[in-house]
Amino acid sequence: MTAILEVKGITKRYGGLTAVNAVSFDVAEGEVLSVIGPNGAGKSTLFKLISSFVPATAGEVLFRGTKISDLAPHKVARMGVVRTFQETTIFKSMTVRENIVVAHQLRAKASLLGFFLGSAQAKADEEAFGVSADEIIRFLGLGAIRDELASNLPQGHLRALGMAIGLATNPTVLLLDEPFAGMNHDETMNMVANVRRLRDERGVTVLLVEHDMPAVMKISDRIVVINFGEKIAEGTPAEIQANPRVIEAYLGSEDAAIGM
Amino acid sequence: MNAQRLLGIAGFLLAVFVLVPWGIAASGRWDFYYTLTSVALLSIGAAGVWLTFYIGRINIGQGAYALMGGYVSAVLITKAGFSFWATLPLAGLFCAVISVLIGLPILRLRGVYFAMVTLVLTEVTRLTALALPVTNGAKGITSIPLPSELSVFGLTIIPDFATMQNPKLAFYLLAATLMVLGYAALWRIVNSRLGHLCRSLQQNEELASSIGVNTAYLRVLAYAISSFFGGISGAVFVAISQSIYPSSFVVTDSINFMLYCFLGGLGYVFGPMLGTLLLYFGWDLLSVAKQYQLLIYSSAMIALMLAVPNGILSLLDRKGGQK
Repeated sequence: MTAILEVKGITKRYGGLTAVNAVSFDVAEGEVLSVIGPNGAGKSTLFKLISSFVPATAGEVLFRGTKISDLAPHKVARMGVVRTFQETTIFKSMTVRENIVVAHQLRAKASLLGFFLGSAQAKADEEAFGVSADEIIRFLGLGAIRDELASNLPQGHLRALGMAIGLATNPTVLLLDEPFAGMNHDETMNMVANVRRLRDERGVTVLLVEHDMPAVMKISDRIVVINFGEKIAEGTPAEIQANPRVIEAYLGSEDAAIGM
Repeated sequence: MNAQRLLGIAGFLLAVFVLVPWGIAASGRWDFYYTLTSVALLSIGAAGVWLTFYIGRINIGQGAYALMGGYVSAVLITKAGFSFWATLPLAGLFCAVISVLIGLPILRLRGVYFAMVTLVLTEVTRLTALALPVTNGAKGITSIPLPSELSVFGLTIIPDFATMQNPKLAFYLLAATLMVLGYAALWRIVNSRLGHLCRSLQQNEELASSIGVNTAYLRVLAYAISSFFGGISGAVFVAISQSIYPSSFVVTDSINFMLYCFLGGLGYVFGPMLGTLLLYFGWDLLSVAKQYQLLIYSSAMIALMLAVPNGILSLLDRKGGQK
């Protein structure tokens, strides 16, 4: 098991507030790793640090041994580490298919001038994007809504669309931001199956940040738990469920709760 | 569908290049040439503004680039002895280069903040033109010669404007040709992947960068193209009036460029062209109303904004027509 993504002592301070404090862990190639923690634990900040959407105060993130934590987001994406967003972040006034086609930017071989002039390469690219978009639509079962405007979609479909946009970039590592939030049980189960197939059929390494415990336990190979910006546990779902520090973080220690 | 589009293009070209000159000759309203030439040139500038709208930025600074383009052309003709035809692309390129330098820092701003900076830009350009020695301050540059002959390998393509019987017609044809070329380029941008990427920026810059779009580069590129259009438009205006002053393009002009886009329709490539035609021509026709001109004009504009907030061309969509 080789580490594809290494998070090394990553720290983020906002003024006097330390949102993430020296968190380190490795993500192995082909695994599904979840980062969990109570509200305000610093999960979202950690997520943004790994995808390079905010600069780190200290520490670094390595992708296949190369430092990615100071690069612009589009460069990190270009290397193969791609994030998805929560449901509202889609191209609202495009159809589902247009969203996915436009998200193929990373695979474009033609230059912008080539696209403007309609060069042979540009035409080949456009065609390949269309084929690939249709394939992704099939993979995620979005066929029924392919020509629907994204702004008209319900939550569950929006998440799936977010994942489709991520897939269009052909990622090596896909970072999912709370993929199950706001979903009902059926939608969650459907999404869990999709994430598993992503790994099994496409070989994508998945790192996700999530609240939904049952889903996380079902989906993850390993889990990292953070609380107050620090890593408090790391291990398989079974190990995490039995870890007293995790239980304390989620339920509060009895003594602390009654102030003794 | 494709035949329909070709027919539309042919009809448009016929109207612009044949019917308008014929109509003017028949009616004897030679003053319409000046009006329609202005419409064509302003609509080029408006096309640029429209493109910045397309990447999600409100641009109220096109007057700055029109002024810059005008001065570049005027200075090169009068001080360096360039032909007008050489100065035309140079004016556009100069504006594009300046806009890259200005755009790199200011395009990070969004919404009203970007709009405010661009608004100031026109005023800054005017003051710069007042202060610089090369622009001759408030006295401006006057008596600029008309465009000279343009020939390639000894073959005359465009004769010297000074020897023409009807330079008004020639200027109209020049402006109309540039307008057609400008809008063809714009149409192509919007309908190619470049346009899809611009739309992705307009709708969500964060997501665009997460899928690998170099958002900073694309923003600057769109702004540079926009300013190129502004420069071209300004340079031809100067050639027609044969003079330029710091007040040739002011903040009002910048605002008008934006209004043309709004009224025509931000979602439609040909929106700014229609907007320019209606607003500029409408203003001209309303001069018969004398002191009520501004009142009627403003009321009509408010009414239009209320009735068709997405621009006049959105009326086509309501009837189930295509873009």
